[in-house]
Amino acid sequence: MRNRLTTWGTILRISIEERLVYRGDFALGTLMRFLPIVTQIFLWGAVFAALGAAKGAPSRIAGYSCNDFIAYYLLTMISRAFSSMPGLASGIARDIRSGTVKKYLIQPIDMLGFLLLYRIAHKLVYYVVAAVPFALVFFLCRGFFHGWPDAATLLAFLASLILSFLLGFFLEATIGMVGFWFLEVSSLLFVYMLFNFFFSGHMFPIDMLPGVWGTLVKLIPLQYLAYFPAAVFLGKVSGADLVWGLAIQLGWVVLFVIASRVTFHVGVRRYSGFGG
Amino acid sequence: MAVIEIEGLSKSYRVYHKKEGLTASLKGLFRREYRLVEAVRSIDLTVEEGEFVAFLGPNGAGKTTTLKLLSGVITPTGGTARVLGRIPWKRENAYRRRFALVMGQKNQLWWDLPAAESFRLHQQIYRIEPTRFERTRDELTAMLGVRGLLGQPVRELSLGERMKMELIAALLHSPEVLFLDEPTIGLDVVAQYNVQSFLRHYQESRRITILLTSHYMKDVAALCRRVVVIALGRIIYDGSLAGIVDRFGGHKVISLEMTDGQVPDDLACYGEVIAVEPPRVKLRVQRGVVPEVLGRILAAHAVEDVSVEDPPLEQVIAEMFSSTQEQRAV
Repeated sequence: MRNRLTTWGTILRISIEERLVYRGDFALGTLMRFLPIVTQIFLWGAVFAALGAAKGAPSRIAGYSCNDFIAYYLLTMISRAFSSMPGLASGIARDIRSGTVKKYLIQPIDMLGFLLLYRIAHKLVYYVVAAVPFALVFFLCRGFFHGWPDAATLLAFLASLILSFLLGFFLEATIGMVGFWFLEVSSLLFVYMLFNFFFSGHMFPIDMLPGVWGTLVKLIPLQYLAYFPAAVFLGKVSGADLVWGLAIQLGWVVLFVIASRVTFHVGVRRYSGFGG
Repeated sequence: MAVIEIEGLSKSYRVYHKKEGLTASLKGLFRREYRLVEAVRSIDLTVEEGEFVAFLGPNGAGKTTTLKLLSGVITPTGGTARVLGRIPWKRENAYRRRFALVMGQKNQLWWDLPAAESFRLHQQIYRIEPTRFERTRDELTAMLGVRGLLGQPVRELSLGERMKMELIAALLHSPEVLFLDEPTIGLDVVAQYNVQSFLRHYQESRRITILLTSHYMKDVAALCRRVVVIALGRIIYDGSLAGIVDRFGGHKVISLEMTDGQVPDDLACYGEVIAVEPPRVKLRVQRGVVPEVLGRILAAHAVEDVSVEDPPLEQVIAEMFSSTQEQRAV
């Protein structure tokens, strides 16, 4: 076990070092992530200003005030910083196509474990660099929040963030493994991104969706990538619902851990089948 | 002791056969024609411990497929193979820690980081004990003369330097079996020579078993006593490099230097005239009739000097390859 921990530690350290090579691109990429929030503040400000001008119009939409909307978007920005996996699925598919995947078959190393550590390293570097700008944005926007939630909620928020990272990783890894069959997964990934954008809560809070759509969206795992952690922080989910929500999120993680393992296993056999 | 034992090993796979043109591409969306390629056809081979064996053959002969089978990347369609007593395609860690595969056209090192970091990672992956790791690394970097480049990002190294680093990475865990797939491809003469002499010394001192594929006859001549020629997925020759010339080189070259400086016109009746540079001339003659032809020439003409040589190895092998390619076309 100690050996294994040292190996993981080395993979993590080397991945971090690699991430720090391209400083300029990295710094720019980190800062650019904050641009959309500015447009959101202006957008919802304008929407509510227009509503306010009309007489008798409600000051809330689907239970959200203007401030609630902006607070929600700020929080999904955090959950997406955990759950988004740029380049993961396409990278796996590229490795399969180019034959780089051979490395994981020849060396005594587990591909998914390796990629997970690599991704953790990327995220860690990102959080360290982005912590200051994140703190600054949240400080400037503190007026949109109703104070800090209690410690238990904060802890649940943290747990849901970590689970959203794992869910995002194993979900996209599974999509990448489809590359063993299709070789190219960019169209599949595009469809996934589209669904992700609408149904994870990235575009709007999904509890706004009425009737059957609302129920449907609650049944698929995407909400745990953006909406759920934000809802936990805002106190929209609490008590037994919160425990239940975290349990389902964990269930989805386990399901996709299994799915990615199985697709890898079957995929490698198929890969062997056609040579590569 | 046999390190590699292959019996009746076969590998065939389907490839999509697409006709030319847009219409064919559109049809391909609905129905595809596949062609069965038999890359390796029932080969038998035994390699003893400490042998350095070359795999020769034209492109597409099945050399790389065989190496992939032996390193467990692909599963065969028939037959068996055991390397170090283990079945490669089971991919057990106990086997994976004991062999290495180096592909001249593939890069396994971290592109943006110094090679030293990739080596450190290999130490962990292969569980190499720290003092042994450092000793091996220092030995190998000294032998290949790249110690000063350990701290330089891999992307900034020349192709030759990178290949040396790839070799070091593959040898850090002291594999007992090494598969080399065209390790000197694209290297200049000096780098090629360096890699060659390194491999020779390394193999001689460690007595490890090496299987090498290469298109450079110089590599093969310098390194391997045993040569296995594979064509159309079958082994067509297994023996020494010189033996190839005996078996496949059906001709010898007679070089003459005429006394009077004039090259006679009737030489074509003795054999094929391949070069005329008065007073010298070269004739290609069937191997079996060399003594007789030589006797007739010497009786009929005044000759100052004479020599009989085997044709160049490259030429024999090229002829052998092209004859197998013709068989394929038929």
